[in-house]
Amino acid sequence: MYAQMVETGVAKVRDAHEMSPDEQAFQARVDADIKIEPKDEMPDAYRRTLIRQIQQHAHSEIVGMLPEGNWITRAPTLKRKAILMAKVQDEAGHGLYLYSAAETLGVSRDQLIADLHAGKVKYSSIFNYPTLSWADIGAIGWLVDGAAIMNQIPLCRCSYGPYARAMIRICKEESFHQRQGFDIMLTLCRGTPAQKAMAQDALNRWWWPSLMMFGPPDAESVHSAQSARWKIKLLSNDELRQRFVDQTVPQADYLGIAMPDPQLKWNETSGHYDIGPIDWDEFHNVLKGNGPCNRDRMRTRVKAWEDGAWVRDAAVAYAEKQARKAA
Amino acid sequence: MIEWPLWEVFIRSQHGLAHKHVGSLHAPDAEMAIKNARDVYTRRNEGVSIWVVRSADVHASAPSERGPLFEPANDKVYRHPTFFPMPEEVKHL
Ligand SMILES: [Fe+2]
Ligand SMILES: [Fe+2]
Repeated sequence: MYAQMVETGVAKVRDAHEMSPDEQAFQARVDADIKIEPKDEMPDAYRRTLIRQIQQHAHSEIVGMLPEGNWITRAPTLKRKAILMAKVQDEAGHGLYLYSAAETLGVSRDQLIADLHAGKVKYSSIFNYPTLSWADIGAIGWLVDGAAIMNQIPLCRCSYGPYARAMIRICKEESFHQRQGFDIMLTLCRGTPAQKAMAQDALNRWWWPSLMMFGPPDAESVHSAQSARWKIKLLSNDELRQRFVDQTVPQADYLGIAMPDPQLKWNETSGHYDIGPIDWDEFHNVLKGNGPCNRDRMRTRVKAWEDGAWVRDAAVAYAEKQARKAA
Repeated sequence: MIEWPLWEVFIRSQHGLAHKHVGSLHAPDAEMAIKNARDVYTRRNEGVSIWVVRSADVHASAPSERGPLFEPANDKVYRHPTFFPMPEEVKHL
């Protein structure tokens, strides 16, 4: 998802008798759905895993602004431009809510950002794909924000208070994102044949990467079990992916465009859609840094940070001067 | 380069309600903290008033002290109106 394959630092989920009394007490609180708050005792591995997860999530919101920002100057109308700016600004807000949640665990924000820029921490694979046409902005809102909502709604109930509260804020804003995307797709699909073809082309390129967002199949997700135990992951990758497929296929039908999956079909027995195989080599390759836009995204981020340094320094100098004057 | 200090943000959502903690942000001074809080926490008319407080100035009770700190209230159930059973015939009490 926005945080994919988050390492927990544990080899296997430990039974109660393998835990220290402190860990047992902590697990009991989590099991009783008592929220863990910043100053509460928590196992080191829980703290470190949460920092990694929230940090990856925050970075995804921030890097996620780049593919969409690419179209702000070329949005087809002033209305679409204003909407896209508001959407991208929301994503900046999401990143900030999440950095703020991560900081409650005792890390500094500048350190988090430095880790991203040094390539030490990942962000979602999805943002390493290019936005080639205006229809991609529709596909991102509809599919990528749609997949994000799928993942984020359960996280509103996660065990860590500040993270859960950040997710609640985010979820309130996300359905605008998904609807504006679907609205773009709907307008294109009701337009000229060329416009509809643009929508189909965007769906062709974004469908599989959107499904990969949920992360590897459950059988291969080594860290999921521990995260589930800690209630910082509430539904499995495959469960979320299936829900997303089931919800999205009828929407594509309504638009009159087709998923790029010849094996996609309704399964009467299971009551779900079956899909063809996902290309996990592509996913792992993108995570390793070899997606179409990885290098470009990082270069843009680092440049923005460096170009802004004088502004940050000037603001500090001004604040110090004012404080001296007041003293 | 110095990291901007952290500020806790409190928003009053409507006239008549109290300010409520919504999160935190970084800013070089209080004025910028309020401007940033407007953009980060009130993009959809969530507020009519903003307070910002340097996070370093917030003092919190320790979770480990929770027991003794709140203990005095535990055995004073008579502070709740439900402690006093009222005869059914008696109204407006
Ligand atoms: Fe977001
Ligand atoms: Fe979004």
